[in-house]
Amino acid sequence: MRKPSFLVALGTALLLASSLTPAMAAQTDITVGMVLEPPNLDPTAGAAAAIDEVVYSNLFEGLMRFDSTGAVIAGLARSWDISDDGLVYTFHLPSGVTFHDGTTFDSEDVKFSLDRARAEDSTNAKKNIFEGIDTVEAIDPTTVRITLSAPDGLFLWQMAKGDAVIVAPESAADNATNPIGTGPFKFVDWVQGDRVELAKYDGYWGDAVALDSVTFKFISDPTAAFAAMMAQDVDAFPNFPAPETLAQLDADPRFAVVVGATEGETILSTNNQSPPLDDVRVREAIAHAIDRQAIIDGAMFGYGTPIGTHFNPSNPDYIDLKAQSNYDPEKSIALLAEAGVTDLVLQFKLPPPTYARRGGEIIAAQLRAVGIETEITNLEWAQWLDEVYKQKDYDLSIVSHTEPFDIGIYVRDNYYFNYSSDAMEAIMTELNNTTDPAARTALVHKAQQQIADDYVNGFLFQLAKTGVANSKINGLWENSPTQANDMTGVSWSD
Amino acid sequence: MSNLATNDDPRDNLFLVAMKSPSFVIGLILTLMFSTGAVVSFFWTPFDVTVLDIANKLKGPSDIHWFGTDHFGRDMFSMILVGARTSIAVAFIAVGIGMVIGVPLGLAAAAKTGSMIDELIMRTNDLVLAFPALLIAILITAVYGASATNAIIAIGIFNIPVFARLTRGAALSLWTREFVLAARVAGKGATRISVEHILPNILNLLIVQSTIQFSLGILAEAGLSYVGLGVQPPLPSWGRMLADAQTMISFAPHMALLPGMAIILTVLGLNLMGDGLRDVFDPKLRRNRT
Repeated sequence: MRKPSFLVALGTALLLASSLTPAMAAQTDITVGMVLEPPNLDPTAGAAAAIDEVVYSNLFEGLMRFDSTGAVIAGLARSWDISDDGLVYTFHLPSGVTFHDGTTFDSEDVKFSLDRARAEDSTNAKKNIFEGIDTVEAIDPTTVRITLSAPDGLFLWQMAKGDAVIVAPESAADNATNPIGTGPFKFVDWVQGDRVELAKYDGYWGDAVALDSVTFKFISDPTAAFAAMMAQDVDAFPNFPAPETLAQLDADPRFAVVVGATEGETILSTNNQSPPLDDVRVREAIAHAIDRQAIIDGAMFGYGTPIGTHFNPSNPDYIDLKAQSNYDPEKSIALLAEAGVTDLVLQFKLPPPTYARRGGEIIAAQLRAVGIETEITNLEWAQWLDEVYKQKDYDLSIVSHTEPFDIGIYVRDNYYFNYSSDAMEAIMTELNNTTDPAARTALVHKAQQQIADDYVNGFLFQLAKTGVANSKINGLWENSPTQANDMTGVSWSD
Repeated sequence: MSNLATNDDPRDNLFLVAMKSPSFVIGLILTLMFSTGAVVSFFWTPFDVTVLDIANKLKGPSDIHWFGTDHFGRDMFSMILVGARTSIAVAFIAVGIGMVIGVPLGLAAAAKTGSMIDELIMRTNDLVLAFPALLIAILITAVYGASATNAIIAIGIFNIPVFARLTRGAALSLWTREFVLAARVAGKGATRISVEHILPNILNLLIVQSTIQFSLGILAEAGLSYVGLGVQPPLPSWGRMLADAQTMISFAPHMALLPGMAIILTVLGLNLMGDGLRDVFDPKLRRNRT
């Protein structure tokens, strides 16, 4: 009779525990799961999306910001005037704003941040977005005037990016490990390899936030992510890495599953200078060897939209170029023969996300079918950033480029694709100098066509946002119009 | 069983004794089953394990796919066959490394017992044994990259002290026996005695130990592959099949169950066979039985 009495005791304990729960007030802390850990926490000195996914809007604020739909709204600038010629932007700042270390925020900080970002020795990952700025003047503590050298219809949009956040001269140098911003949450701790903790900043100038503390927990393994979700060790996972479990999680009343869209063009990144990949015929052969739908079904369990160029299909300026790189293994084999390539073995280096690890196995099998062998190496995120992204020591890789409207990376100097094209350069330069919407659309079409014609990368699919969260959490973004996990509007219901 | 004593061929004799041991028989059957599967996989598998068939993913067992298909639509039966080959190859070579290096070291240490060589060999053994095997295996694969070769080396290194220690212990007790003394009187050197007299007499011990080490090697390979440090795709490995299956266990349990069973049965088979062999080789136990 030992066993039953033990069960009774257990039952009583569970009953007690469950009867206690409803008496508690709504939760004010949240643990958010992320697949990739940021290499540092300074959005003005790094390109990794994971940086913005921790700090954007939570810790750092810019003059402008993106809302959950991707629209540009007021950030630190409460209002702004644009001169008739489109050259002079006057931003009006609120007073009484302080950084987390207690120093005051004023127009001098804006001037400092923007001048720092566009300086000669700037380490900003998107230095080019500041190139159009001619001068930044602090008129008085709450007014700042920015003069552009040429009209730029996208200027406010650029200023909403995580790379354009406002930092303080007193703390800017240490932001990589001890970020100090003006946002509603302040930095508490970063346990490398595990989590970043943020806490509510009491001196926040704007609308009060509902959460007292936010923990970002880094779990790259899909199995571990699923286990953490089921055990409720994490409350929300905005980009859940195990799409095969979504049906099960959706059926569980404890969780809500929201599948939305992201700005992530998932591509087979190709080193355009590593022979024989410098031959466009070989790259085209790879493109025709790839069956996109098989990758979406096999790796993502159907979540994702196929793309034919590096552009978001939900953008009105998108053109469908999938037919140009349709699945046609025969053509691949013919192209490889034409290029005189035999016994090709390529280094295939994969970062941790599921789309890369599983997609890599599928692509390897598809390439093998046309006679291209691959050597798969699975890398941790920091290793990937170093070996592939920085040192460009790879032939093929898979990664999702989650920034909105990022076709400009194809003309960035020394970018890891090792692609350079005068034609593309000319198109993008012209695009930057064009304000007329119709002319811009035409140029954007041309740019999409150009990279598709050059088969720069294998264009796979637009990443879906597979969000899983506790069903009591409100205010999480449904889509990812930019790289962010905005916690400012998040709250728990009782 | 007095007829056994009159049997002329001692090998027949041993085999018949062994077949009386149920654990040996079960172990032998299981081991033969998987080694046959591994050998067959070189010539024939129902499907090509490197070809994906996404449209037919996660199918349960059927008459086309006997063990069902995995998340990429690969045939599970074929994968388990090729996985057996992977496991056995890795474990076999690793145990081979352990024996080829460990046994001579053990013999040398026993021959020069108490000398600096003995101390050096045995203390180095202690050093290797002091580290958790899997942890060092992970270290090696993390530094030199994950591959089948590195997994073999990592597992092999940990077999060396096991065999060295076993050999030294057994050889030491033999060195005090009369027939060794006789050999020494006859003027044979330490090396000749070790090879001609000691080694044949500890062979049974080594065989028993190698079956145990073999099963541990299969487990270690599965463990390394499970964490992604063993055999790399597209070559199937039981450990990686288990890892792939984890998040799908609720709707495709066959994906986890079958490789799991394969690992359990192979390791069980080898252990039972090792147990049975030990009984057969141990003179005391044999006398009791006959």
